Amino acid sequence: MAVTKLFGAAVKRREDPRLITGRGNFTDHVRLPGTLVMAIKRSPHAHARIVRIDTSKARAMRGVVAVYTGQDLADKLAPVPCAWLIPDSDLKVPPYRAVAVDKVRYVGDAVAVVVAENRYIAQDAVDAIDVEYEPLPAVVDQEKALEPGAPQLYDEVPNNLAFHWKLHAGDFDAAWNAAEVRLSRRLVNHRLIPTAMEPRGALAAFNPGTGELTIWCTSQNPHVHRLLLSAVTGLPETQIRVIATDVGGGFGSKIPMYAGEMIAAAISKELGRPIKWIETRQENYVATIHGRDHIQYVDIAAKRDGTITAVRVRAYANMGAYLSTAAPGVPTWLFGLMLQGAYAIPVVHCDVYGVLTNTTPTDAYRGAGRPEATYLLERMIDILARELGMDPTEIRRKNFIPKDKFPYTTPTGLQYDSGDYEATLDRALELVDYRTLRQQQAELRQRGRYIGIGFSTYVEVCGLAPSQAAGAMGFQGGLWESATVRVHPTGKVTVFTGSNPHGQGEETTFAQLVADELGVPFEDVEIVHGDTEMVPFGMGTYGSRSTAVGGAALVHACRKVKEKAQRIAAHLLEVSPEDLAFENGRFFVKGAPDRGMTFQEVALQAYLAWKLPRDIEPGLEATHFFDPVNNTFPFGCHICVVEVDPETGKVDFLEYVAVDDVGNVINPMIVDGQVHGGIAQGLAQAVYEFAAYDQNGQLLTASLMDYAIPKASMLPAFTVDRTVTPTPVNPMGVKGAGETGTIASTPAVVNAVIDALAPFGIEHIDMPLTPERIWRAVRERSA
Amino acid sequence: MQITVTVNGVTYTHDVEPRLLLVHYLRDVLNLTGTHIGCDTSQCGACTVLMNGKAVKSCTIFAVQADGAEITTIEGLARDGQLHPVQEGFWEKHGLQCGYCTPGMIMTAVDFLQRNPNPTEEEIRHAIEGNLCRCTGYQNIVRAIQYAAEKMRSGS
Repeated sequence: MAVTKLFGAAVKRREDPRLITGRGNFTDHVRLPGTLVMAIKRSPHAHARIVRIDTSKARAMRGVVAVYTGQDLADKLAPVPCAWLIPDSDLKVPPYRAVAVDKVRYVGDAVAVVVAENRYIAQDAVDAIDVEYEPLPAVVDQEKALEPGAPQLYDEVPNNLAFHWKLHAGDFDAAWNAAEVRLSRRLVNHRLIPTAMEPRGALAAFNPGTGELTIWCTSQNPHVHRLLLSAVTGLPETQIRVIATDVGGGFGSKIPMYAGEMIAAAISKELGRPIKWIETRQENYVATIHGRDHIQYVDIAAKRDGTITAVRVRAYANMGAYLSTAAPGVPTWLFGLMLQGAYAIPVVHCDVYGVLTNTTPTDAYRGAGRPEATYLLERMIDILARELGMDPTEIRRKNFIPKDKFPYTTPTGLQYDSGDYEATLDRALELVDYRTLRQQQAELRQRGRYIGIGFSTYVEVCGLAPSQAAGAMGFQGGLWESATVRVHPTGKVTVFTGSNPHGQGEETTFAQLVADELGVPFEDVEIVHGDTEMVPFGMGTYGSRSTAVGGAALVHACRKVKEKAQRIAAHLLEVSPEDLAFENGRFFVKGAPDRGMTFQEVALQAYLAWKLPRDIEPGLEATHFFDPVNNTFPFGCHICVVEVDPETGKVDFLEYVAVDDVGNVINPMIVDGQVHGGIAQGLAQAVYEFAAYDQNGQLLTASLMDYAIPKASMLPAFTVDRTVTPTPVNPMGVKGAGETGTIASTPAVVNAVIDALAPFGIEHIDMPLTPERIWRAVRERSA
Repeated sequence: MQITVTVNGVTYTHDVEPRLLLVHYLRDVLNLTGTHIGCDTSQCGACTVLMNGKAVKSCTIFAVQADGAEITTIEGLARDGQLHPVQEGFWEKHGLQCGYCTPGMIMTAVDFLQRNPNPTEEEIRHAIEGNLCRCTGYQNIVRAIQYAAEKMRSGS
């Protein structure tokens, strides 16, 4: 049958029919008979010694089955592991107990656990547990935590310093001394809360008869969770099955191993009954990871013509009270390696201090390290442009890595795969009609109205891989991805992928790839993910790696399948394999197109095996583990246009244009959606979202009432366009689109607001640019 | 307390605790898990259902308050295998990614379009303020609702 090429087509998502009719398969939807509900008692103190826990009232309540304290669980669960052990940084990993034993270290730290017949009783019982604390002084700010005399979280971590990581390339002092212009600034990349709409949760079901644990949980990486669950419970991996088919958003927050899932597993094993734990939103805010929280001291050396000659950064990363699963790698490698951005900066010096504080642990949140680097650089280049009286576009052009320099090796050793940075800037300028906009801006200023134009010409590293690099960076795992392509006797195809999409639509894009590769109808391709019992192995979905790494694995597996199918077809058609051509799902003899077999006919013969030669095994299936030679490096230009009311500090979005280059695009509709959502989150950091703690370590923004994730009326419509520069590192030439929007948009928005406020002499305001902060800045300058 | 509720055209009678929330009644008693829970302060709107034709957040209503009411959940929206135009719009216009906010978002849009069949983009953005989405940036949700409005107006 004729098959249209699907690569590049805006195919409607096959995920949608179940999700728009209320038939998704999210963790909390799974029901098992005899399930008990678990609830966690959490610390209201940021730092305190646990003196006594009285669980007697809770235990006596009708419907309560069991109550556990940290002491009760201490020998049933090993501490939560840290899986990114950054080398040469004097890293100290303090013990991270699922339930605190002697001391609590942040508001939200687990202190006791209840299991009961239903959620109402469980919550009542949690309230009935009486914990006596001896409060200790708390510290929430990472710079203060390093000061002499600051409260100490751990005896074994002096000065709360978990690590000091360094990445130095080139002679910074020489560049600094030779510089014609020197800029030094302090920038704060504040703390955010990922806020996936589906809270985290688990249903753990241990079968005492078989010794097997099945756990449905909200996971971006089920196999990684299986490995970690095995490590903490002592059950062998072969006895653990992790299932996470529909996951309601993650943004990084569903990568780590957490207390809740571990405890549910341990208690299910203990009681031999299914245990369900679903966190409340308030728990999500205090006990699921936060992101960013990076204080940066930046030095930029440049020439008068705008050429940047060196960048130096000393950064203080707030790690929270414990080191979460991937936490040490985020503010270090994923940040420091990108400090030259899209620019040919020859000298990069980076020192990062990872600091423990009495706050919720931080870890990877959409972009993870790269937004912190991009914001720093894009903000500083604007400050430099203003200092030199240059247009922000000219200073960027001056420093761009030229397109004939790719592949480009950065001073710290990354190899940028491909790029044409100026093309995205040119296209974006055309879309906003830059010259006219600047004229309008000048005219409006005359009339006391302030519009601003902000740029972000970013490059990011994604498609996280390869495994050798992961090892060198201390990541305790490989960064390949696997796929198994199973062709059934009818020629229908099941793909088992180690990626675990949770909104990114790979059930659709992966089926597009397979349909094209094997020439089979799209409808004949089934994509299976999120079940460790079905998928051979997988590293999961994060770091915009699913398509570039997981998709490439399945393309390679398809090619192995096709190669075998071709050998079978050749044997049956009595020609040699190289005499066959393959088009539209059919093998045929070159020069004699009538002599041929469809892919489906070959599949049937592969399973009948009546006429196979001895050297060809029956069946038609292949597995491929793809470990790319390099990461991918999407890039682009985002332009934000705002109007700021200096009287009220209010920011109105007039226009937002994004021109991204994510390499080849499999499904433009889905990529546009990823870019929209990414921009929304990055824009929200710039002007709305802010995780606020008081001095005692109370999270003041612990609900959706207080933490400002944007509503529909708070966002503009985005204009999205693309250039296409394929990557050579995978067979499809795709780069990744999950994080570009978030990485690019924050500085574009801030630069726009600051540009609008230029007439007031305002050079910088730390985010979020709330009306109050803007109003205060304007008032200070006007006074 | 005994309540009688008609959900998606089926009438149920159950004894429930007075404090049982409607959303837990729908999910835990009737096994209608299409209505989602995303918060505990009535901000996110994932639990939105129609009660006597009007959109309500089912986490903010006790099951006993729904006694005698007619409830429509996301599972009851498609009729005779035919998607509601709002559901169709979400599919056509890529109005969802993870799909967690989607049932509530759709129910809110259904209620809104009954009251305002020809909304502007601004009116749509205002109307869905009580429903939070973290994936889409809302742009395609707005388009999905515009698609549905047009389809419903043309009566097809």
